[in-house]
Amino acid sequence: MRKGLLGAAAVAMMALTGVAHAEDKKVTIGVSIPAADHGWTSGVVFHAERVAKLLMSQHPGLNVIVKTSPDPASQANAVQDLETQGIDALVILPSDPDPLVNAIKEVKSKGTFVAIVDRAPSVNDNTVRDLYVAGNNPALGQTAGEYIKATTPDAEVVIIRGLPIPIDQQRQDGFDKGIEGSNVKVLDRQFGNWNRDDAFKVMQDYLTKYPKIDVVWCQDDDMAVGVLQAIDQAKRTDIQYVVAGAGSKDMIKKVMDGDKMIPVDVLYPPAMVGTALEMTVANFYGQVPVRGVYTIDATLVTKGNAKDFYFPDSPF
Amino acid sequence: MDTSVNEETRDVRRRNWRDIDLRAVAPFAALILLLILGALVNPNFIGLNNLANVATRSAFIAIIAIGATFVISSGDLDLSVGAMVAFVASLMILFMNSGVIADPALMLTAAVLFAVVAGSLCGLANGLITTVGRIEPFIATLGTMGIYRGLTTWLSQGGAITLKDPALQEIYRPAYFGSILGVPVPIVVILAVTCIAAFILYRTRYGRHVVAVGSNADVARYSGIPVNRVRTIAFVIQGLCVAIAVLLYVPRLGSTSATTGILWELQAITAVVVGGTALKGGAGRVWGTICGAFILELVGNIMLLSNFISEYLIGAIQGTIIIVAMLVQRSLVRKS
Repeated sequence: MRKGLLGAAAVAMMALTGVAHAEDKKVTIGVSIPAADHGWTSGVVFHAERVAKLLMSQHPGLNVIVKTSPDPASQANAVQDLETQGIDALVILPSDPDPLVNAIKEVKSKGTFVAIVDRAPSVNDNTVRDLYVAGNNPALGQTAGEYIKATTPDAEVVIIRGLPIPIDQQRQDGFDKGIEGSNVKVLDRQFGNWNRDDAFKVMQDYLTKYPKIDVVWCQDDDMAVGVLQAIDQAKRTDIQYVVAGAGSKDMIKKVMDGDKMIPVDVLYPPAMVGTALEMTVANFYGQVPVRGVYTIDATLVTKGNAKDFYFPDSPF
Repeated sequence: MDTSVNEETRDVRRRNWRDIDLRAVAPFAALILLLILGALVNPNFIGLNNLANVATRSAFIAIIAIGATFVISSGDLDLSVGAMVAFVASLMILFMNSGVIADPALMLTAAVLFAVVAGSLCGLANGLITTVGRIEPFIATLGTMGIYRGLTTWLSQGGAITLKDPALQEIYRPAYFGSILGVPVPIVVILAVTCIAAFILYRTRYGRHVVAVGSNADVARYSGIPVNRVRTIAFVIQGLCVAIAVLLYVPRLGSTSATTGILWELQAITAVVVGGTALKGGAGRVWGTICGAFILELVGNIMLLSNFISEYLIGAIQGTIIIVAMLVQRSLVRKS
């Protein structure tokens, strides 16, 4: 029933587009994102809704519909539903890009503007999408590595990895590139599954195994929670600092407050869905060229710039 | 002459051996074997600090597995415990964050009671769905697993639920990190819970009913045992054990998320089986269960402390060690 009404509204909107004044040009954008099932995706949902609200208040004619889906199959359905509602653009962060390629192509073939965020399908050219907004996994590792190289050139580092999947490997390779040519020594790499409890255990064992550790690189803010607790419990003072990553509000707050253990954070921001949304809207209202690939830096968050990345209301 | 005397003494010795239940001893033999292996891998392993760490963090699985021993002994299975940990812990933190009681000590007491009640109710729900609803426990608890996990994700909006009040955190922290007479609190709690559980299972009428129902529910019913009540209470005990594990879990990180306790149900079941309880029910070994939980945690610890095992192979080797530990047990039992 609601779908039908919305569809009718969308048709009415499109009919109006031709005659409407440029200021309140009617545009409908569908946003399809994974449901919040862990910290980072909950941030994606938060920022999609936040930016959607912001843009709709700036452009009276703009309508943004945000849909979350728990898995690729239901996301494919959600994309279809959005399409039948009559959208002018689709912004999608695919939970798993390859199974969704056909659904996305179907939308694209109708002349709809398509923006893909973060996860690219294996064929990622302008037959599939108009705009690709990407995070930068190798840079996330590299930025952390370079910071450690610059701050503590002779550091002995332990690393906690995520899960054995390609993006984790990219981060590791980036890190190795970052510390290249320095005396920074990697003592160990083990998987912490991007999970606080597992990171706590791995860190406890590192502390048993190595009498002296200078720096911990755990590349993820969730795992940093467990790491800090393990160091605190062991009352070890040899660890100078921990470098995490992503940009959760808790870790950004620590950076802002000048916490000695978390001097910096490396950004892999869930807010990138907002970047894609802003650029898509610019395509319609600003009439600026946005088609192409836009890669977001893995910015080093320091005490100086932390407030730009702090969202106290976000769940992440 | 000589040989017959020899045979006689051997007979006597065999009888003595038979007096000790080898099935009950076997998990401890596997544990000792692992301790020796660990000491060979890394000299730091056998240090008191490391062993205390491992025992302390095995507390969650050990206590949950004690509850699982009751459920499995009575012939049922509970797959929802991992999700239940996340759900009860989230409720407890939200309750403490609500600030309905100003005094931190009183608030903590209320929160502890709240968690215990919440855990028991979750267990009761599992029990009633299984017995009154007559649904296979595997399916019933698979369903509640989804429910508890989903509610946790919803409560946290996919993010984390964190204990906000620093005063509360301060007075609650010793529940995980503190120690009594030099023994970490979680280890004391494991021992206390196990003693109580052993008493209930081996020395009370209810305990004997659990085993009877697990061996053969029909025979138990004809003998006048209220089968459904026995099974439901076992689920409530499981819920209570989950609540106790939560009481230790919350002060550790002061926070829960949608991924808290994932796959803990499988670890708990593995601990119970490694500890010598039959998965088909009818026999419960409480002390074996905590030994099993400790073995599981030790295996991970030894892997990490070793310098020669690739991080990609840890899962495979963990699996191998568990199977070898079970084979050691089997061979000991056969000899008896």
